[in-house]
Amino acid sequence: MTDSLAPARPAPPPPAKFSTAAWGRWFWRQLTSMRVALILLFALAVASVPGSIFPQRGADPIAVNRYFEQNPALAPWLDRLSMFDVYAAPWFAAIYLLLCISLAGCILPRTIDHVRALRRPPPRPPARLSRMQGYRTGAVEGPEVDVVGAGARWLTSRRWRVRTGDGWVAAEKGYLRETGNLVFHIALLVLLAAVAVGSLLGWRGSVVVIEGRGFSNTLTQYDTFTSGRLVDRAGLAPFTVTLDDFQAEFERGDIQTGAPRDYRAEVSYLATPQSGAETATIGVNSPLNVAGAKVFLTGHGYAPRVIVRDGSGTEVFNGAVPFLPRDGNFTSTGVIKVPDSDPQLGFQGIFLPTAAVDAEAGPISLFPVADDPALFLSAWQGDLGLDDGVPQSVFRLDVAEMTQVGLQSLRPGESWTLPDGLGSIEFVGFDEFANFSVARDPGKELALAAGVAAILGLMASLFIPRRRVWLRTSEDPTGRTLVAVAGLSRTENSSVDDDVQALLEAVASDGSGPSIGNSEGPRA
Amino acid sequence: MNADLALLSNQFVYAAMGVYTLALISFAVALAATRGQVVEPQRVDAAAQLAKVPAGVADTGSSAHDAGPAVERAGVPELPPGRRAGNIAMSLTWLATGMLAVGVVLRGVSAGRVPWGNMYEFSITAALAVSVVFLLMSIKHDLRWLGIFVTGAVLLTLGLAVTVLYTESAQLVPALKSWWLVIHVSAAIICAGGFTLAFVFSGAYLIRDRAERRSPDGVARGWLSARLPDRAKLDRMAYQVVAFTFPLWTFAVIAGAIWAENAWGRYWGWDPKETWAFITWVVFAGYLHARATSGWKGRRAAWIAILGFATFMFNYFGVNMLMPGLHSYAGV
Ligand code: HEM
Repeated sequence: MTDSLAPARPAPPPPAKFSTAAWGRWFWRQLTSMRVALILLFALAVASVPGSIFPQRGADPIAVNRYFEQNPALAPWLDRLSMFDVYAAPWFAAIYLLLCISLAGCILPRTIDHVRALRRPPPRPPARLSRMQGYRTGAVEGPEVDVVGAGARWLTSRRWRVRTGDGWVAAEKGYLRETGNLVFHIALLVLLAAVAVGSLLGWRGSVVVIEGRGFSNTLTQYDTFTSGRLVDRAGLAPFTVTLDDFQAEFERGDIQTGAPRDYRAEVSYLATPQSGAETATIGVNSPLNVAGAKVFLTGHGYAPRVIVRDGSGTEVFNGAVPFLPRDGNFTSTGVIKVPDSDPQLGFQGIFLPTAAVDAEAGPISLFPVADDPALFLSAWQGDLGLDDGVPQSVFRLDVAEMTQVGLQSLRPGESWTLPDGLGSIEFVGFDEFANFSVARDPGKELALAAGVAAILGLMASLFIPRRRVWLRTSEDPTGRTLVAVAGLSRTENSSVDDDVQALLEAVASDGSGPSIGNSEGPRA
Repeated sequence: MNADLALLSNQFVYAAMGVYTLALISFAVALAATRGQVVEPQRVDAAAQLAKVPAGVADTGSSAHDAGPAVERAGVPELPPGRRAGNIAMSLTWLATGMLAVGVVLRGVSAGRVPWGNMYEFSITAALAVSVVFLLMSIKHDLRWLGIFVTGAVLLTLGLAVTVLYTESAQLVPALKSWWLVIHVSAAIICAGGFTLAFVFSGAYLIRDRAERRSPDGVARGWLSARLPDRAKLDRMAYQVVAFTFPLWTFAVIAGAIWAENAWGRYWGWDPKETWAFITWVVFAGYLHARATSGWKGRRAAWIAILGFATFMFNYFGVNMLMPGLHSYAGV
């Protein structure tokens, strides 16, 4: 860099004598130095790495549990170091907060300097112009003032900041570079503030919805719900969404057979309880905007529909139960809990949209579309353990107090009569379900604005050259006016050569006579 | 899906690889034939011509400099050794790049979409991007010394693409069906070209720098180092590509965030891909800072650029293949 706009301050030596104020100043100088900013930037990069290696609670809590099961000795230690919550860890926060302070501490003085520079006229020409870049001379037939005036006019019309004096012109251009740089750095702080707004005031819920059913935007309806500290959880916007129809298409050709091609959820929704119903299609990249929140389609699967009757033939369960897809062909597993029969019944099931039985893997689906569906069931009787008050996963059967009564595979329409007069289960058919994720982030618009400002500022800061030019006149014995021009490039992407040459040509042709010649001198 | 076009696309990619190989050989011959210090004819400065000052006085700044068309104008009758091979190599590179471009376009046409839906397609498009950035820069600078590295990198990428990463032309998985694919990924692919060049310039800088420092009179005499431009020029070129690429990378990351917001409901979720994009961004911001910090210019800055490139490549190969995440690619 020829001449840094904001020269890096050399770090001062630590104070020799102890004094809180002196140490404070020293520490502050250190913190706001470019070198420390650089070190903090690298610390931030390094600190981000473990979050991509270890599973993170925020993104995938199930994977974290699995990690604990597989590495029982190591995991608690990693947990103590926040390795499963890297981006919420105190040490991570310490780095970016220090960086923020450092950033603020460097923006403030630079902004003040820059505002001063914007008001100050450009510096006078140096004593020896011939030492500066692009030094050239020429001569004009005519009185001196014309040349200075012409030079100043030409430079002003090209939006240089101009200062004139007795026989000289000084001009500077490219202040927008530093402005852009400040805008960029400030935008980073704003971006961080926007992230903070989002994490304090944003919320996110997920819900499984079977075709024909719906959900309303209240806490109890969500399967999972996370929210920022300042969210009024009871006061969520009261909209409701119903899943009318779900469609998924898969590749049937030879290439990438079974790969998903399109998902669509046809929904109807009420933005408020009073408003009329509207319909919409939610696709993978096209969420539904409703009441300040967005509804996303994040997954889908099959929900086998079954009717369970007890020993006396009374219907004790009738409904569709979502099964979780386990592979790309939608081999899906789930459980059916029947607490209302005596004894209680439970079923572990595998639903296969296109059924096959593999010699090693057992029941497995060959294609994601329900071309040839089957339901494999394992029936249990006993105590489901639902009354213990411990919340249970709907996808797991607690068989501690149960005994297995048998295994059976069913096609749609088939029934299985359980042994010992326990009753029967009928596989009626299946519905499809969709996973929706509903989110509101009140900081995202601000974040986007900050991002755009950052890019624009960055481009100004990197592409706009900052430079100075000077012109000085003197009279030669024959009565002509001698003109000397030179410049100074203050950034490394610019050359003042063209500017200086153009300035000389401009005053020469603008003056009363033609330029008689110009020559180049050595460069600085 | 048009299988014939996909096949034709493959043939163009293979043919381009053949021509790149010839270009690589020619670049190697050119490099070997350039003996010792590259002392090139001085540029004939327009201003100097105007003033009728003999060429050579005008430019004292650098020795290996833009020879370009000015040399021909100066009327050098016999091409110096290595120059003819170098010219042939450049022509071959233009030809190969044209063929690769046809291959990439046909691939897109065969699938009826932009040709960056899986790693095979990213790779051939990124190879094209590197070539194009190189050729565009070669219009202004004499980059024949660089050709061997660029064609080498392109061949390596294409080789990996057609062997390990090859996927049949097919439609996209739903997650990728978005305009943001066109915007975000094309920006990222151009950045791949830019960061690769920054890496090569910085690597060359380190080699040249070492040679210049070790030599008592500051003249690089190593087989390779003597054939490289001087370190000041390499440093400047590395900075220039980063200065161009870094804002574009910032844009690519923000475009990715907008897409993520639209697809998953959060603009930033520290998915491994996002994390490594952030790491690359931070490292190159570090590079720009380093060049403005005393004690960090030159060698350290060059190492930072190399590190930045490594994080970028890790994001592409390491994260795609090793780490689970939301980013989906059909057939890797
Ligand atoms: C925290 C303390 C920081 C300080 C003291 C600081 C200081 C500076 C200074 C003086 C420049 C101008 C150098 C030049 O003209 O090349 C600069 C440029 C830059 N800064 Fe910072 N910065 C800080 C933080 C950051 C952060 C956190 C980032 C974001 C990652 C960042 C990104 C950049 C970039 C990309 C440039 C390049 C612009 C250019 O080269 O003109 N800075 N910074």
